[in-house]
Amino acid sequence: MAGGNGAATNGFASGGRQVTFLEAIRQAMFEEMERDPTVLLMGEDVGVYGGAFKTSEGLLERFGWERVIDTPISESAIIGAACGMSYVGLRPICEMQFIDFIVCAFNQITNFLAKGHYLWNAPAPIVIRGPSGGGVHGGPFHSANPEMYFVHTPGLKVIYPSTPYDAKGLLKAAVRDNNPVLFFEHKFLYRRIKGEVPAEDYTVPIGKSVVRREGRHLTILSYAAMMHASLEAADALAKEGIEAEVIDLRTLLPLDEESILSSVKKTNKCLVVHEDTKTGGIAGEIAALLCEKAFSDLDGPLVRVTALDTPVPYAPTLEEYFLPNAKKVFAAAKELARY
Amino acid sequence: MGAAMKKSMPRELTRQQYLDLYYYMRLNRAVEETMVKLFRQNKIVGGLYSSLGQEAISVGTCYALEKKDWIAPMIRNIGALLVKGVPPRDIFMQHMAKYDSPTKGRDGTSHFGDLDNLHIVSPISMLGDLIPVMAGVAIGGRYLGQKIVAMTWIGDGGSSTGVFHEGLNFAAAQKAAFVLILENNLWAYSTPVGRQVPLENLADRATGYGMDSYIVDGNNVVAVYKTAREAVERARAGEGPILIEAKTFRRLGHAQHDPAEYVPKEMRAYWEARDPIALYEKFLTGEKLLDAPVKKEIDERLETLLEAEREFAENSPMPPPEFAEGGVYCTGDDCHKIQARWERPIAEVTPPKSSVKAVWTVPGFGSGKGSGGVDAAIHFGDAPAVMDKPANNGRSAKAAAKPAAKTAPKKAKAAAAGASRKARR
Ligand SMILES: Cc1ncc(C[n+]2csc(CCOP(=O)(O)OP(=O)(O)O)c2C)c(N)n1
Ligand SMILES: [Mg+2]
Repeated sequence: MAGGNGAATNGFASGGRQVTFLEAIRQAMFEEMERDPTVLLMGEDVGVYGGAFKTSEGLLERFGWERVIDTPISESAIIGAACGMSYVGLRPICEMQFIDFIVCAFNQITNFLAKGHYLWNAPAPIVIRGPSGGGVHGGPFHSANPEMYFVHTPGLKVIYPSTPYDAKGLLKAAVRDNNPVLFFEHKFLYRRIKGEVPAEDYTVPIGKSVVRREGRHLTILSYAAMMHASLEAADALAKEGIEAEVIDLRTLLPLDEESILSSVKKTNKCLVVHEDTKTGGIAGEIAALLCEKAFSDLDGPLVRVTALDTPVPYAPTLEEYFLPNAKKVFAAAKELARY
Repeated sequence: MGAAMKKSMPRELTRQQYLDLYYYMRLNRAVEETMVKLFRQNKIVGGLYSSLGQEAISVGTCYALEKKDWIAPMIRNIGALLVKGVPPRDIFMQHMAKYDSPTKGRDGTSHFGDLDNLHIVSPISMLGDLIPVMAGVAIGGRYLGQKIVAMTWIGDGGSSTGVFHEGLNFAAAQKAAFVLILENNLWAYSTPVGRQVPLENLADRATGYGMDSYIVDGNNVVAVYKTAREAVERARAGEGPILIEAKTFRRLGHAQHDPAEYVPKEMRAYWEARDPIALYEKFLTGEKLLDAPVKKEIDERLETLLEAEREFAENSPMPPPEFAEGGVYCTGDDCHKIQARWERPIAEVTPPKSSVKAVWTVPGFGSGKGSGGVDAAIHFGDAPAVMDKPANNGRSAKAAAKPAAKTAPKKAKAAAAGASRKARR
């Protein structure tokens, strides 16, 4: 964790060391606000309290009331106001206290924000971010993975990182992007994942996946928390002589088609793992992509390991059953490798 | 304090202002009449809406703004577009979905804006959406030190949307320099206002937001203008958002297709006798501000102008089919260079000047006391402080099922977090 509580940095790590996923996000916002006075943060309890998950701790103290705005519980108003702010040249970051509440602003996002550039040539450099995902017993209203509602919306970009390095670099890229970017932060990772972030300023390109592990027998595509389950499964698969190539999609819209296709053309098999529910998940889109552009390269069916097509259940036993995990990935991958 | 008919400012209008109001109302009506002709010739794409009988509202309110101010007109606010400086040809082309129109055929009707020059935000169909957007323009403008006022319009029907509430409440909480004109034309499509809202005066809605409001005769352009001018001045001075209810009547159907047979005859007759342009002509004539030669001059001016504008619009091509593609994303600085116009020292909003004591009223709460990061109580505080293995730490089913077991938080604060997790609902 970021040590010290030095006045100069308000307790922020200066980078160049191991930080949590959560801290990486906090650093990204801090540094972008430091770098660019048109960057503001808006959301519920983001000010004095520092956010329900403390991702904005210390920001109010450093940047003041005008730049760190505690809003009423009005998701539509938050997104609407951000649109207006962007029209006068500002770059607001909007926090959804839980990403589940983003759908309360669905109309503002899909009808107003996303269509602006196409219709009115109006860029909207807005980031909408918040804690998403399950595995923490949040239940049906605090565990959502709503990414696909928005992947279906031209005009948006959708990011879902899995490491502190990517979270920081992609969030900075999102703030600098002239388009509305939805940035999902898997809350299971907030404090469970630690990683190195450079001391110097950097960004990670939006729309580019990354190969987390090279392999030749099959391709595993995943993102966010399931990235870690996929890597754990790949470790176990390796012990059985199956070398999985594991790709972290990182950005879901636009999808890095090129990297997906080149990996699948090499391994000839593809497994998609996501925590989102199955029907309408990104795996279906990837299946269509492979059918269109790599049909003759496939030596097996596209396999999906996903959550069940139900709301996220509350009780730990139910949620565990609902969610994909390393064991389920391992089993599915093994079967696909043998196909 | 609720709706109160405020006494208008004593200051009167100049002759030019009186005549401007007249000219823009006439222009508003003439533009719409031209479009009705185009509609009958099948040259309008889609539906055509009318603001017949409501021109005094669009014109009188927008005329109260300064050039730098921002508007977001709704579908019955062609008059506001004209006052802001939009040429009629843009309105014609937009309704005909022409390639030279502001949206190049990608949208129609009056769904267009001009962010860079005229400071117009485009409406979308979803009623109420513009309210938080314009609150954001006002808040953003204030942040940059611009002293602008943002204005938009809403119908009696649109005032029942959720986003109307969210937007006004947020604007009021932020004391945004925002003026909302509520055009109560007594009908939302076929539903009379009394069946939508259990209020005599829709201005009363403002009370719930701690906002001040006015009620004005929407068919009296001078009253509308004076009321709007006062509201705009107060909003600009930092008094917070203001709502103006303009009482009026929708003279035609919801759109061209709708004969509005549901409107009682007496109601229509009452309002037809109160046509805002006819009333104003009578006033101007009585005040010796308008006579037959001046009126004739305006008639001719309008005719020449609209003839040329219509012709230009009709000669514009339809967009090439492939223009449907592309343009969804800003591709970077060569597509748009986003720049804020600062009218205050940037140093005021950057550290160290921007730094504050981050406390509410409980001494010591906030002020960086909360976290140090790992120790802070957070939602779902059963998350272990930090996992030992930095990379590859997959979520095993076991860990997900019993996350607190192995990594039980030791510190008092973290324990409290666990407890608050249980208590939070
Ligand atoms: C959120 C939303 N729901 C439904 C509609 C369809 N619709 C368009 S205009 C209208 C009536 C609007 O009435 P009012 O707000 O009083 O405006 P007026 O037409 O009288 O100017 C309706 C129902 C819409 N545009 N937006
Ligand atoms: Mg109405």
